[in-house]
Amino acid sequence: MTRYNLKFRAYGERSILIEWPQEINNNILKSILNFKEVLKKHYIKEKVYIKYAYNSILVSYNHTIDNIYDNKTQLETLYSKCIELKNDSYYLWKIPVCYDAEFGLDLEEISVQNMLSKQQIIELHSSKKYTVYFCGFLPGFLYLGGLDKKLYYPRKSNPILQVKKGAVAIGGHQTGIYPNASPGGWNSIGNTPLNFFDVNKSEPCFAKAGDRIKFYPVTKQEYDKIIVEVKNNNFSIESEVLYD
Amino acid sequence: MIEVLKSGFYSTIQDLGRLDFENYGVPVSGVMDQFSATLANSLLGNHENDAVLEITMSGPSLKFNCDTSICLTGADLTPMLNNKHIKHNRVIRINSGDILSFGRLNFGFRSYLAVSGGFQSDLVMNSRSMYSEITKQVCIKKNEILSINPNKTNTISNSVLKTKASHFSSEVIEVFKGPEFELLNLEQQELLLSETFTISKNNSRMAYQLEETLDNSLEPIITSLVLPGTVQLTPSGKLIVLMRDCQTTGGYPRVLQLKESSINVLSQKFTDAKVKFKLL
Repeated sequence: MTRYNLKFRAYGERSILIEWPQEINNNILKSILNFKEVLKKHYIKEKVYIKYAYNSILVSYNHTIDNIYDNKTQLETLYSKCIELKNDSYYLWKIPVCYDAEFGLDLEEISVQNMLSKQQIIELHSSKKYTVYFCGFLPGFLYLGGLDKKLYYPRKSNPILQVKKGAVAIGGHQTGIYPNASPGGWNSIGNTPLNFFDVNKSEPCFAKAGDRIKFYPVTKQEYDKIIVEVKNNNFSIESEVLYD
Repeated sequence: MIEVLKSGFYSTIQDLGRLDFENYGVPVSGVMDQFSATLANSLLGNHENDAVLEITMSGPSLKFNCDTSICLTGADLTPMLNNKHIKHNRVIRINSGDILSFGRLNFGFRSYLAVSGGFQSDLVMNSRSMYSEITKQVCIKKNEILSINPNKTNTISNSVLKTKASHFSSEVIEVFKGPEFELLNLEQQELLLSETFTISKNNSRMAYQLEETLDNSLEPIITSLVLPGTVQLTPSGKLIVLMRDCQTTGGYPRVLQLKESSINVLSQKFTDAKVKFKLL
């Protein structure tokens, strides 16, 4: 496991921000997920909240930090001594997407600007395995890494008021799925009939950081069929355990 | 039970929020002014996390269908019980059939109504705080019935607690440096900490945008973590103070972080109010 030179700094009166190098990659993700587990184990008896994103972990205590240097030193020591924990299994999730014009509202524009046919866009988008880095922006919104460079496309300069629930979209160097209807600035290329966020489940989102996502194209008929199956709770998402 | 006769402008049920689900992208939410809400609960002998009604700008009209006791804190919206003025910051006995209504906004922006034992709305992800896509409702509606537990046991005293007027009148917002503060040049840093800023009409439970802009040459950052009270600087130079319903992550540079008590102070302000940041 790669050892990084981390930065520890106070963030407000109850939190410490831990920063990894400012880049997006799999080794940093592994290091963050591992240290998150180390922290969870360490703070098992204390109420501490641990959040994470591409390059950072934020540790928030339940009380004001008295001496920031003590806490920083404690965290630094924990990191320098931490070993690689045996992690949970990671999964590859296969996600059906309908790329029809009805959903792929911005396919035409990307096709013209990036000089690719719509079919090429669909093939490029659905051939990659995307890594789930973390969840943010909206409940159940997964930040995915691994978009093909040919599909990079800038965010809209004016966000639209209502991106559809299930919209599969491209924003800059990233692709993602809108778990619910929301204002948004990403470009819709398709739509998935699956739910990415369910408040009634103890695990509200089936995918977690470290998992992979692969999209596969479905027709509108298949999409409509899956919508019904999801509603009746009899659609099972195809998945595989990852070994790496 | 409480019957909502009129809903008012925007009243929501809130506790101290949803802290365990941020890694699913779920906002913390919870009362905007934790000082006032906690005060109302304490005076009633409630738990500090009991759900209260956060009343914004103009109040609802509520009919109690059971005996209980209540306490009002925060913004003064001229509260009346059966059309007679009542005081803030004290426990008030309620008899079944009583009607609580509100009048003119005198000071502040958000008033808190605590009831003995707290509001008993649905608990979703360990919290009753209303938020779109998490709870079924985003605010209370006319003709709705709000569930509370009847209570007659509170001892009522006539004492009224005095709170500091500065909680509502102070323009000073105390801040710490944000993670990207040092990336600003000295001139920008000085401007940020000396200028008087005006709260724009874009202010909500999610964020307060400020009118005055700051020349900005900073690049967006790789999406990172934010907190309620984080001040973001957008590419066009706008300053956005994130509040309780904010997203869990963001890509704009985080230039300042409000002290927790200053989040409470800011949440009692609205459009056109002036604020100044003071570095701690």
